[in-house]
Amino acid sequence: MANWIPLWLHKLSSPPAFYRFAGALRPWAITLALLLGLVALYGGLVLAPPDYQQGDDYRIIFIHVPCAWMSLFIYGVMGVAAFIALVWRIKLAEVVAMASAPIGACFTFITLVTGSLWGERMWGTWWTWDARLTSELVLLFLYLGVIGLYHSFEDRRQGARTAAFLALIGIVNVPIVHFSVNWWNTLHQGSTIRLLGPSSIAPSMIWPLLTMMAATKLYYVASLFGRTRTDLLALESGKDWVRQIAETEGRA
Amino acid sequence: MNPTRQRRLTIVIAVLVAVIISAALVVYALQQNMNYLFTPSQVQAGEATRYQNFRLGGMVKQGSIQRSSDSLKVTFTVIDASGAMPVEYNGILPDLFRENQSVIATGHMDDGRFVATEVLAKHDETYMPQELKDAMAKAHAGKHIDEAANQDKAQP
Repeated sequence: MANWIPLWLHKLSSPPAFYRFAGALRPWAITLALLLGLVALYGGLVLAPPDYQQGDDYRIIFIHVPCAWMSLFIYGVMGVAAFIALVWRIKLAEVVAMASAPIGACFTFITLVTGSLWGERMWGTWWTWDARLTSELVLLFLYLGVIGLYHSFEDRRQGARTAAFLALIGIVNVPIVHFSVNWWNTLHQGSTIRLLGPSSIAPSMIWPLLTMMAATKLYYVASLFGRTRTDLLALESGKDWVRQIAETEGRA
Repeated sequence: MNPTRQRRLTIVIAVLVAVIISAALVVYALQQNMNYLFTPSQVQAGEATRYQNFRLGGMVKQGSIQRSSDSLKVTFTVIDASGAMPVEYNGILPDLFRENQSVIATGHMDDGRFVATEVLAKHDETYMPQELKDAMAKAHAGKHIDEAANQDKAQP
């Protein structure tokens, strides 16, 4: 391992260390995610005022937009993990990449469904083949492809590495989804929240949106850690540290 | 970094670069000919003549909406910065359909009119409460009055 990587990070990438680390953090992440999610829902559905143009119908934004952000964010994490897995063959990176795929697929699916409901109310159609909607659908297919490819191999590690390749290639779709509304004439409107420059949403509406964003991020951490822990146990089932856990926790 | 990892890193980066270049070319090519919609001035310039059916996008002109009293038929004019196109539609309009609203109509040209089979409303990315909208409209109107007053002063 190259010496620029800090020792603690190197240690954390060993399965038993990460198993304990994830186990310690997971309850906190899930509690915070639930709390923030409830606060965001109350803020978005009750406290936030109706929109001048869309009335109360716009409130689905508090689900749709955080999920859409997560669908791209998780793909980014999966892509980076896939890259590390392909080059350095770190077991933890393979596991993280493969555990991210179903979570990302769920967020993408929720994005498409809530977007469809919103579109029916506001635009007048459930679906249209514009660039934003189509590229988000491609994102769902990429996730499903990664999941399918991973499970089509007898050997899990070989499956993970093959699927990691697809995950890595598919990462070009992430900027396409994000910039599709700028590059093409689309029915979908442009970005509301901008990192650079002012956002075009009132402060009373933006705080529940950002709170929900934090909640979905924490939910992802909790879900990822849970999945990673079980996958690590399964992959390392012959090792001593797993046997020790089985003995201590099996007795309890 | 040992030679095996070095080799793998090179291969992975090479594949990634190849994919990014091809995706960029595809995106660039699609920007030339993947038009979700045509604006009225584009249609008047004859850019949509290749298509039997196409989408027309623009703003609904103020005061141009005329509803038939005995059917769902509605006619209105879609405008953009420099063009205007009369549209005829027979069906249920989305809730957001109103004057000065962006719409996208799918249909074909018939005798100088655009006959739509579907009309979709487009909304922008701005979200704010009604009171803020009113306050901003007031501030905007106030600015106009100020400008008008200043102009009056400039011309004694």
